[in-house]
Amino acid sequence: MAEEWSEEITHVAGTDLAIIKGGKGKPLLVLHEELGHPGWLSWHSALAKDRTLIIPVQPGMGKSPRVEPIRNVHELGLFYSRVLRELNLVPIDVIGFSLGGWTAAEMATANARQFRKMVLVAPLGIKPPQGEIFDPFAVTQRTQLNVTVRNPESVPEFAKLYGGERTPEQFEAFEDARTETARIAWEPILSNRCLPYFLEAVTGLPTQIIWGREDAMVHVSAADAYKQALKNTDVRLTIFDNCGHRPEIEKSAEFIKLVREFLV
Amino acid sequence: MHMMYFTERPYRDVPEDEVISNRSFFGVPNKFFDREVGARLYNEYLDEACHAEEVGFDGIMLNEHHGTPFCMGSVMNVEAAILARITKKARIVLLGNPLPTLRNPLRIAEELAEIDLISHGRLVPGWVRGAGSEQIFHNANPAYNREYFNEAHDVVIAAWTRPGPFRWEGKHFNYRYINPWALPYQKPHPPIWIPGVISPETVIWCAEHRYPYIGLGTALQSTVELWNLYGDTAAREGYQAGTENFGYLQQIFVAETEEKAQELGKAALFGGGAANFSRPEWTLPPGYNSKEATKRLARQATDYGFLGITSEKLKEAGEDRHQHSDTRARLRAGQVSIEEAKRKIYGNYQKAQDGLQIIIGTPKSVMPKLRLIMDVLHPGVMGFFQPLGPLNQEQRMTSNRLIGTEVLPALREYAKELGILDPFERQPGSRPYVAGTKRDPLVDIEALKHAPKRDESVRV
Repeated sequence: MAEEWSEEITHVAGTDLAIIKGGKGKPLLVLHEELGHPGWLSWHSALAKDRTLIIPVQPGMGKSPRVEPIRNVHELGLFYSRVLRELNLVPIDVIGFSLGGWTAAEMATANARQFRKMVLVAPLGIKPPQGEIFDPFAVTQRTQLNVTVRNPESVPEFAKLYGGERTPEQFEAFEDARTETARIAWEPILSNRCLPYFLEAVTGLPTQIIWGREDAMVHVSAADAYKQALKNTDVRLTIFDNCGHRPEIEKSAEFIKLVREFLV
Repeated sequence: MHMMYFTERPYRDVPEDEVISNRSFFGVPNKFFDREVGARLYNEYLDEACHAEEVGFDGIMLNEHHGTPFCMGSVMNVEAAILARITKKARIVLLGNPLPTLRNPLRIAEELAEIDLISHGRLVPGWVRGAGSEQIFHNANPAYNREYFNEAHDVVIAAWTRPGPFRWEGKHFNYRYINPWALPYQKPHPPIWIPGVISPETVIWCAEHRYPYIGLGTALQSTVELWNLYGDTAAREGYQAGTENFGYLQQIFVAETEEKAQELGKAALFGGGAANFSRPEWTLPPGYNSKEATKRLARQATDYGFLGITSEKLKEAGEDRHQHSDTRARLRAGQVSIEEAKRKIYGNYQKAQDGLQIIIGTPKSVMPKLRLIMDVLHPGVMGFFQPLGPLNQEQRMTSNRLIGTEVLPALREYAKELGILDPFERQPGSRPYVAGTKRDPLVDIEALKHAPKRDESVRV
């Protein structure tokens, strides 16, 4: 069977950008999380049945070179907005995971009209009212990865993340991703104090927030904070029980169903 | 040859079991800090520095670490300012101010100028990037560590040398009005030395700036590689590097008898020694090291354990799945007792001496090892590093007295025989290199053949 996806380097927004594409149908922008693109998983395949997944690899990670002028996540969002405009992809549906969810939210604050619908999966970006955002920069890669799911042993796809084997190349790829995340989101710790205020101005953008109740990366109280901040648009929140920071693999079937129904 | 005294100024009363169970000096909760002990120790260390000057050391070297009983010098410039007033002739060598974590280079320029003025020009400032744990402690973005370092350095030099007032609009630092009133006593600015562990970028940067490079106890084999890298870079920059461009820090303890020295010298391994400076996740935060440096580290850390960087720790950081055989991981997993961990730590005592991680003995018995280091490296500057652990002040001062009065005179004679000049006797970078010729040799490869190979399992 041929690969369901391909990766190409596109020159856009003044830089080379690796973009992973797969599927058929209307485009869906996928913004990956802070350890990089996790590999093509079953939820990718499921959504790709009727959507063309467009997954830009964040500058500074994987095969995408760093873009020096980007120095925070809001600016990363402005970069992706430029990419969408130059590739004539506006308006587009978006789904963002963790750092990618935060980035999508920042993009919405700058211009909500560039999106049709938005799915935020356990986004970073808002300091949770209770608990705190786990600091991935003060732990090893392995700890960071393990923190993202409630129980690695009960999640079949956990072992497939990032290709499974922890090769020296993957080690370096993780370090690149962690470095780039630290570079743009070191302080305040993986959040933007202004984000809730500017999210209040988002209107006309149907938004689905998804969270795991046992998320050890971003305390679940941040889910309500996001919902509250997005009060002026159509927003819904779904919290999965017995689930950590990766609902897309920890509650894969429910996640796929929810997202497909929302994006219809 | 410039001989300087160095101590980490450890908080020697920290419970050793707490350090070992924490697997790191950094991160031991500060509930174990006692203000009376702290007050006593700060004053003892100032007295020790004066004593070192009296017994014959040419310089007092200070350093700075944060959030750790390993080193109480968290604000080194305060100690340096006091020493500027209470010492008479010793150079005050700061190795160094952690520019990226302090993040106010103009303030540093002001502080150092004051110290240089109070001491009538005895200051030797130096710069470091700060340990990985200190990026965490002072919340300094590790991904910008090298950029912060380079730009902060440029701000300090500009503040000292460029007529003010002027504006600085950089990538990371911005100042409206640079015009420090008090400028350094030494012109154009104090001599700058740079300490280093294993980062080749630092070596190249030093050579480009003609700053002497002080190797912090690195294994002789890798030190030779780095010094040759310096020499090649210097030649590209158009000058001959020589003994005046290099220094070396050696951990050492001396007592009147071999038995006493051996007994007391075990203090070097207290709490696991420098190998337990920090945990891997704090030692190498994301972006702190370049890829090249990390690869080099992976190779060299096997025989060197400074600041908590060891092969064992790298394996942890590198997600080695078969790590459960090592003591540290088993300690973390609760499979090993503190006593067992201690037995392993102190069981390496002889190997640490065999590999020259530490030199212990009488003034007479330490000489061959020190001469070997001089034979191989020809350092213009030599630092004598007092062990870490719970030695009392009399024992520490005795070691310093014996080194100062018996070891140093002999080494000075030997340095003359070897033709070693220090940075005050010959200006680093002052000898031109003629393109196309062979540059001067910096190290003695023949002597290196007699140097012991360090045991990879030993971490001091």
